[in-house]
Amino acid sequence: MNTDMLDKQAVTAPVAGIGKRRLPPELSIFIVLIGIALLFELVGWLAIGQSFLLNTARLKIMILQVSVIGIISVGVTQVIITSGIDLSSGSLVGMTAMLAASLAQTSQFVDRAVYPSLVDLPFVVPVVVGLAAGLLAGVVNGTLIAKTGIPPFIATLGMFVSARGIAKWYTKGQPVSFLSDGFTFFGSGLVPVVIFLVVAVIFHILLRYTRYGKFTYAIGSNMQAARVSGINIQAHLIKVYAVAGLLAGLAGVLTAARAQTAQAGMGVGYEFDAITAAVIGGTSLAGGVGRITGTVIGTLILGVMLSGFTFLRIDAYYQEIIKGVIIVGAVITDVYRQNKKKKKV
Amino acid sequence: MVLSPSTMAAVRKSGAIPNAEFLLTAEGIRKEFPGVLALDDVQFHLKRGTVHALMGENGAGKSTLMKILAGIYHPDQGEIRMKGVDIRLESPLDALENGIAMIHQELNLMPFMTVAENIWIRREPKSRYGLVDHAEMNRKTAELFERLNIPIDPRAEVRDLSVANRQMVEIAKAISYESDVLIMDEPTSAITEREVEHLFHIIRDLKAQGLGIVYITHKMSELFEVADEVSVFRDGRYVGTHASSEVTRDDIIRMMVGREITQMFPKEEVPIGDVVLSVRNLTLDGVFRDVSFDVRAGEILGVAGLVGSGRSNVAETLFGVTPASSGSIAIDGKQVKIDRPVEAIRHHMAFLTEDRRDTGCLLILDVMDNMQVASLHDQFVRGGFVDEKAVARVCRDMAGKLRIKTPNLYERVENLSGGNQQKVLIGRWLLTNPRILILDEPTRGIDVGAKAEIHRLVTDLARTGVAVIMISSELPEVLGMSDRIMVMHEGRVTGFLDRAEADQVSVMDLAAR
Ligand SMILES: Nc1ncnc2c1ncn2[C@@H]1O[C@H](COP(=O)(O)OP(=O)(O)OP(=O)(O)O)[C@@H](O)[C@H]1O
Ligand SMILES: [Mg+2]
Repeated sequence: MNTDMLDKQAVTAPVAGIGKRRLPPELSIFIVLIGIALLFELVGWLAIGQSFLLNTARLKIMILQVSVIGIISVGVTQVIITSGIDLSSGSLVGMTAMLAASLAQTSQFVDRAVYPSLVDLPFVVPVVVGLAAGLLAGVVNGTLIAKTGIPPFIATLGMFVSARGIAKWYTKGQPVSFLSDGFTFFGSGLVPVVIFLVVAVIFHILLRYTRYGKFTYAIGSNMQAARVSGINIQAHLIKVYAVAGLLAGLAGVLTAARAQTAQAGMGVGYEFDAITAAVIGGTSLAGGVGRITGTVIGTLILGVMLSGFTFLRIDAYYQEIIKGVIIVGAVITDVYRQNKKKKKV
Repeated sequence: MVLSPSTMAAVRKSGAIPNAEFLLTAEGIRKEFPGVLALDDVQFHLKRGTVHALMGENGAGKSTLMKILAGIYHPDQGEIRMKGVDIRLESPLDALENGIAMIHQELNLMPFMTVAENIWIRREPKSRYGLVDHAEMNRKTAELFERLNIPIDPRAEVRDLSVANRQMVEIAKAISYESDVLIMDEPTSAITEREVEHLFHIIRDLKAQGLGIVYITHKMSELFEVADEVSVFRDGRYVGTHASSEVTRDDIIRMMVGREITQMFPKEEVPIGDVVLSVRNLTLDGVFRDVSFDVRAGEILGVAGLVGSGRSNVAETLFGVTPASSGSIAIDGKQVKIDRPVEAIRHHMAFLTEDRRDTGCLLILDVMDNMQVASLHDQFVRGGFVDEKAVARVCRDMAGKLRIKTPNLYERVENLSGGNQQKVLIGRWLLTNPRILILDEPTRGIDVGAKAEIHRLVTDLARTGVAVIMISSELPEVLGMSDRIMVMHEGRVTGFLDRAEADQVSVMDLAAR
């Protein structure tokens, strides 16, 4: 036996230090965002001789358009991290928009108000009611999932149908208009954008630096192990879905405020846009992985696409087709990059 | 000369290849992961009709080398020869077609499928109409089990099997490929002595049929019992190969760690205090009944028994994972109700589970996330915010104490070697500062050096007044560490033995009663 060799190989300390976190995985998706924007820029110059990016008005409209989706997507991101899904957010936008708007009407056309005796209320009333309705719906989602054990897909699918039903039933399909200035302020100017950014920052911190965040990832990574580690899975899931509902309610309030009216059909399809933004941003549907920074970038990619299509005056039918292709393409790029990193291994 | 697997198979069948000296050889193998050189110019030679043990510390590269031979990883450099012919393994399927099968360190069965479906997956017998012939599949499984003498129902769903039985299914599955080379990565870490005996019996049979068997283990006794040769690895490097009859246990350890390890089980007498945990007539219908015992501060209560004796179930029930049907639990003399792990943790209990994959690791999260998760209930958190700096500090210290081998604390746990994953989980529970510590197979997959270190940590905890319950299938561990041993058989406690009166024979006697 060669003992000389043994002594030369000193026993190294196993863990040298705490180390640094790896490069954020959002980088690749950020590159996709820049790529798509530059593509529109290029096509813009070639096809219609205009710049896509050097137009503040357009950028402003773009970001306004996606702020509402972004707010929902932040809530959906944390749901997906727990390996769940929330299909109800679009319907909740419709429902909460109707509820909030009905309490935000002015006395101008009092005979056409939903509640003629409840007009000219301070703006807090509709806002709080809208948020509370969203929160309540989220609690219902979460409770169903946590207590009965039915899959999140089914529970929120139920809410998806019912909440839309409530929105339609509420005024028998009539729109709700003549909203107070205090209320519509929330949809004016760049207010929705500011709210989106504030929400994003709060949830970035929440997921990254708090116990709430750590437990959310733990549950999504391995629910059994999380349970044995003393996490109250039921209570936590209810919280997570409640927050998603609350943010959908916020989105509903902003949608009504921005449109200065509410209709039962508001928010149709938003749930898929929100899920798309999260997934493009690197949130894994298998759970345990995802970040708000990624979701914000994913939301911007959706925005750039929408705005780019309008800019190029692409027919609505083509828009949908291309949108589908770009969504899948963006995720493939990400997966491919991750795999390449692994292969190099 | 590189032949495609199908040509290879044809050549092999024709018997045209002269009997090369070695069945399987690997030379100059190198494999790098980000931040880790897992294998550096490693060699390995397997003779036919032999059992070749691989030994090395946790993270030495044993599993990585075997995964390369099984077509799961591709080496950065190096050559692999099967019966003297160069082969390239692009996938696990390639390896199987070249006659190399592997039993992995972690269980890989599909829980919602039956035992038979798991074994014949991708090779299901078909009926005349091209549909899966379940009757035939079950018959073939029964036949295989009969040959191997494994008493498991082929139609049982895997999720209903115990960890040990799952391990036996994995073994049967690998054997069913009728390969020339069979790689076993720590096959005995999940099973008890009786099954181990059984497995050795199977291994000797296979060896007699001319198979080459690679056997990875951390248990010295097994090495001398079944292995003909042993190769040792350290820090991704090949140290040497010896006939197992020519080396001693200490030689191997010296080769593995490059230093002497003398005291294996540093049992120290520590003052024993008052009763901390008192269990009376604890029953889980259909699983175990009337389990009663006390554990005192500073005491280590060992729990022994065969697979299926209900040892792990009792632990799960104590911790609220599966609430009891009846019976009572008292802590410090006060009755407590524990029907969820949250409550157990509130009473300062900690529970290292048996199956690190299912109920332990948060695989896609990093080392630090895994270590802190059970402590966040009452430590490191102020106003909901986690004090990352404090967490990082204690995690680094704990990782150092346990000698966890990882590039840094932000490495995903799925990238760690099996033994290092186990250490992370031990670290998780030690960080909770428990008063009652329940350990189910604590040193599963842990190398000799680290094992002594973990035993020392447990003893240190006992000295500070922690009450320890330690379940282990390794009798030397139970005998060496425990102040008292509780033995179980088929869901009942068959007796208690004091440290002085306990030995291999007395424990096995109670375990088989
Ligand atoms: N997929 C991977 N990605 C990154 N690093 C890896 C990966 N697989 C293994 N490693 C690293 O390579 C080294 C060798 O790991 P390996 O699993 O081969 O160890 P081992 O000898 O089998 O240890 P154990 O006895 O604990 O099972 C370890 O440091 C491990 O962290
Ligand atoms: Mg290993």
